[in-house]
Amino acid sequence: MDFTFSPEHIALRRMIHEFCEEELRPRARQVDRESRQDPQVLRWMGELGFFGLPFSQEDGGAGAGETGYCILMEELNRVCPSTATIIGAHTGIASMSLYLDGSPDLKQRYLPDLCSGKKIAAFGLTEPNAGSDAAGIQLRATLEGDSYYLDGQKMWITNGPIADVIMVLAVTDPALGARGGATVFVVEKEWDGLRPGKPEHKMGLHGSPTSLITFDEVRVPKENVLGQVGLGFVTFMKTLDIGRVSLGAATLGGAQAALEASLRWVKARSQFGRPIANMQSIQFMLADMATEIEALRSLVYRTAWLVDSGKPFIKEAGMCKLMGSETASRCIDRALQIHGALGYSRDFPLERGWRDARIAEIFEGTNEIQRIVIASELLQEIGVRIRP
Amino acid sequence: MDFSLTEEQLMFRGLFRDFAENDVAKVAEHSDKAEQPPVELLKKAAAQGFLGATLPEQYGGAGLEALTNTLLVEEIAKHCLSTAITITIHTALASMSILDVGTEAQKQSYLPRLASGELASFALTEPDAGSDPGSLQTRARRENGTFYLDGVKSWVANGGLASVFVVFASTDLSARHRGLSAFIVEKGSPSVGVVVGHREPTLGLRGVDIRTIYFEDGHVPAENLLGALNEGWPIVLRAFNRVRLCLAAAGLGAAEGALALGVKFAVERKQFGVPIAEKQAIQNYIADCSVEIEALRHLIHYTAWLADTGQSYGQQASMAKYLGARVARDTANKMLQVHGGYGFSDEFPISRIYRDVRALRLLGGTDEIQRYAVARGVFDEVGLKIQP
Repeated sequence: MDFTFSPEHIALRRMIHEFCEEELRPRARQVDRESRQDPQVLRWMGELGFFGLPFSQEDGGAGAGETGYCILMEELNRVCPSTATIIGAHTGIASMSLYLDGSPDLKQRYLPDLCSGKKIAAFGLTEPNAGSDAAGIQLRATLEGDSYYLDGQKMWITNGPIADVIMVLAVTDPALGARGGATVFVVEKEWDGLRPGKPEHKMGLHGSPTSLITFDEVRVPKENVLGQVGLGFVTFMKTLDIGRVSLGAATLGGAQAALEASLRWVKARSQFGRPIANMQSIQFMLADMATEIEALRSLVYRTAWLVDSGKPFIKEAGMCKLMGSETASRCIDRALQIHGALGYSRDFPLERGWRDARIAEIFEGTNEIQRIVIASELLQEIGVRIRP
Repeated sequence: MDFSLTEEQLMFRGLFRDFAENDVAKVAEHSDKAEQPPVELLKKAAAQGFLGATLPEQYGGAGLEALTNTLLVEEIAKHCLSTAITITIHTALASMSILDVGTEAQKQSYLPRLASGELASFALTEPDAGSDPGSLQTRARRENGTFYLDGVKSWVANGGLASVFVVFASTDLSARHRGLSAFIVEKGSPSVGVVVGHREPTLGLRGVDIRTIYFEDGHVPAENLLGALNEGWPIVLRAFNRVRLCLAAAGLGAAEGALALGVKFAVERKQFGVPIAEKQAIQNYIADCSVEIEALRHLIHYTAWLADTGQSYGQQASMAKYLGARVARDTANKMLQVHGGYGFSDEFPISRIYRDVRALRLLGGTDEIQRYAVARGVFDEVGLKIQP
């Protein structure tokens, strides 16, 4: 077993790390307050190849694989979770669905612009009545001649307000329901009847725009079917499975940031005549943080290796997301506690990380769903099939 | 043992509940979003006697016992933790300290004002003196009939609203906490040299007005010394006991409010064809929170009973505060999870409760301080004196 990263991955991490420190960190507070990231920053990220980092070079990506992409998400989320989430939705799930199951023609038409960041993508699955129950989606796609007409709503769509392209799961055969009768469509924002809603007001991730999207008889040419008609649900579930690995990597970055901030603070802050690093309670919090982060790091990068090696990874991916989001929440909460009242002040960056982190336990499959996925995989291995 | 509330307590609780449901509930969202203390509501509270609840009737108070007072704090906190904290700081920390050790003249002069609508504040914490208040640096020197205060007080709740401050300063720096004296400081003249600084922007409790206060040769008439010279520390300790019991009740109310929201959501939200209340994971959250809330309620009532029967109650007050902050946190967190994506939205109240209760593990003595206090009490009983 060789636990070292390749020289290429080490160099990649260094480059991304420097970019995050120089360009993302100074802007992170403003991104939160103004609820937007500077388009110039997104352009730079495009030039650096962030938007298509995991995809093969033939398809217009940087060829860094799942491991490289996890490194990107870890480093981005360590400094600016809002920015990481823009990429996470665009690359990790929206473009990923096209990469996994799109025809060569469809990929060739859309992936280059998605890889360069020239166009931003969104993943359209969730609806007002279909959250954890993704199979309960109701958005309809009706075939008439050479076109499908999409009608319904998608909700909580990350990048919804800024997306040029949306991968939408719609029901094409109501008799079969979403599981057997849904199809993924690539929909362009200018098409008639497509209306992104106003950005949602959220507790955190202010710089990651989220909205409702209404489809009012949007005409989609049949050439924009992604994958096979009727097999869209499989495409989207497969995409979510792989998306969990890099989300786990992102949460690793958030937890790491919490530990780094805490180490700086416990040295600088004195009470009772000595730095609080001397307090056993504080020491144990730091030890617990570091231990959990180390375990998560191993889990994430081993799972990334499973993906890059073509091995099964669904169970481990669920574990990455579950353990990662809960670890990050715990570590950031400990960091806030270590900082005392300062951790509660909006004049100090810690509370922003605390607000940003919470959603990771909910989106991309709540942690309850992750537990169902993991249990389902485990039980399948012993011949027991379960349903949520 | 009779675990029932008396007829009188039930009657008072009914009054508190009406006020909370009809008046407090209406201001909670706005005071958080506008970051404005609910000034009109506080006037209504004063008119009903809620700002002098535990002050004797001869000073304009309602003469309520500690247990009945916890019911007041609990009912208000179910709907707005900012309001509950504002009132608790005002009464348990400030007004009650004047009642505790004030001269008759001081009591006659200040208590009726504080019972009828003027707000009070308690200035102990400093930038370098948080968990270790004994290391505070604000000094008070006496020249003839005036004390002159020099220093900075931070995290002063109600700082911008209060007309009366109970301020702790050192009259003998070498003696640390045994050299503390308490002063009653009035805003404006005659208190020249007292400057109320900017508001602290906070993660939660945004309806509480929190300030930094600067003293530069702050004039305090000698007759405003509260209690004896260098005898400030016992005042602080008794104030902590009172406020910890109230903060426990605030945590209980906030937890109950959060639980009610989660239960309602679980009944109304359907996924997989059934209300999510039918799912064991959700049931487990509801059960665990209900158990914690029940245990907390009884610890609070027991602690209040100790106080009302003149028994020592500091140990239990620390326990109740520590437990209350944790139960509020656990309940708000789990109920936010029950809400799924809606839990992260500003349009639903649960994320505000989640942000608000985070403060409970910090103010009134952090979790770490409470654990230390409880451990010290336990070891004290077997003859060992431990140090921070």
